[in-house]
Amino acid sequence: MKYIDPHIHMVSRTTDDYERMAMAGCVAITEPAFWAGFDRSSPQGFYDYYKQLTDTEPKRAAQYGIRHHCWLCVNPKEAEDAGFAKEVMSIIPDFMDCPNVLGIGEIGLNKNSRNELMILEAHLELALSTNQLVLVHTPHLEDKLKGTRLIMDAIFNAGLQPDRVLIDHVEEHTVSEVLDRGFWAGMTLYPDSKCTPQRAVDILETYGTERLWMNSAGDWGPSDPLSVPKARIEMRRRGHSEDMVRKVTWDNPKTFLSRSPRFRADDD
Amino acid sequence: MTLESKFMTERNSCPMTAAEIADAYFMEHRAKLIDLAAFLDRVDRASDADDEGLGVDFRITALHECLKILNDGKNDRTRRVLEHLSDHSSEPLQTAPMKGALGAPAPE
Ligand SMILES: [Zn+2]
Repeated sequence: MKYIDPHIHMVSRTTDDYERMAMAGCVAITEPAFWAGFDRSSPQGFYDYYKQLTDTEPKRAAQYGIRHHCWLCVNPKEAEDAGFAKEVMSIIPDFMDCPNVLGIGEIGLNKNSRNELMILEAHLELALSTNQLVLVHTPHLEDKLKGTRLIMDAIFNAGLQPDRVLIDHVEEHTVSEVLDRGFWAGMTLYPDSKCTPQRAVDILETYGTERLWMNSAGDWGPSDPLSVPKARIEMRRRGHSEDMVRKVTWDNPKTFLSRSPRFRADDD
Repeated sequence: MTLESKFMTERNSCPMTAAEIADAYFMEHRAKLIDLAAFLDRVDRASDADDEGLGVDFRITALHECLKILNDGKNDRTRRVLEHLSDHSSEPLQTAPMKGALGAPAPE
């Protein structure tokens, strides 16, 4: 059965991972711009990264029949230096017309600071003025609850429609507020430390399957690019229907992402 | 009806029986429980442990408080534990003190 991994950082993964994902049924991915594990020292560093996301990765993915899409932004971990972040943001419009760009992301907050919030608001303005979809990163651990609320408030204040925004990395203490306020929600599956495939299925059992998707957020840290197919196995192991498996790992991401005319999951 | 209450009434339950859940997951969570016990024993043996054997680190204190949530007989434990381990302030910080997070709110 085919699936979409709507949040994975392939720049940090090997070509072998593309092959294994394709063998497990992956036909489309979306890759948000993120923190590479170190702070880039110049806007040129970001320019090269955006080139990699819009040119190199789509070709690498295509070798395995996977359609590659991306989201562009300055991630919140590199937003504390607001002057630098604004300088980088000025090059984003040069890439917005690339054929695999779906919108602005992953924007959001990391430590819930004033400068992070200011750069988040600048990105929301850009998304609104260019009518882009938005993919949101929420902070981790003790900062998630506060950050998720600050982000949702900023999105409403900016005047964006919540059904054109996906709020990612939801957990049991944030999922219900995110859905209740009309947003789409993403569950990120980590092999340890955060939401496991088992807990993601628990969340589906508790909150239903409307406007929810799952992703691996595979990157340079401990993470598993096959966690979406592993969560499908977990759903089946518990006796959930194939309709439910398909809805969460195919229909839901396809419905949200297809709001961008550039998204292609397959040939139909 | 709010979306939240709609989800709560239309939710799927877990199709497995309690015995099937135990067959599938008990051993894994038994091991995690023993890991947790060993972790707390290790804290008791810490070089700076006080007379009660309790460490002074705020994260350990928060973990002990979460153990009470697990055993209070009410449901929705995961959400309540996560909320207990969350920063409940609402104003943005003046500056970001670091990039990472500690897992429990640091004392003022
Ligand atoms: Zn990410």
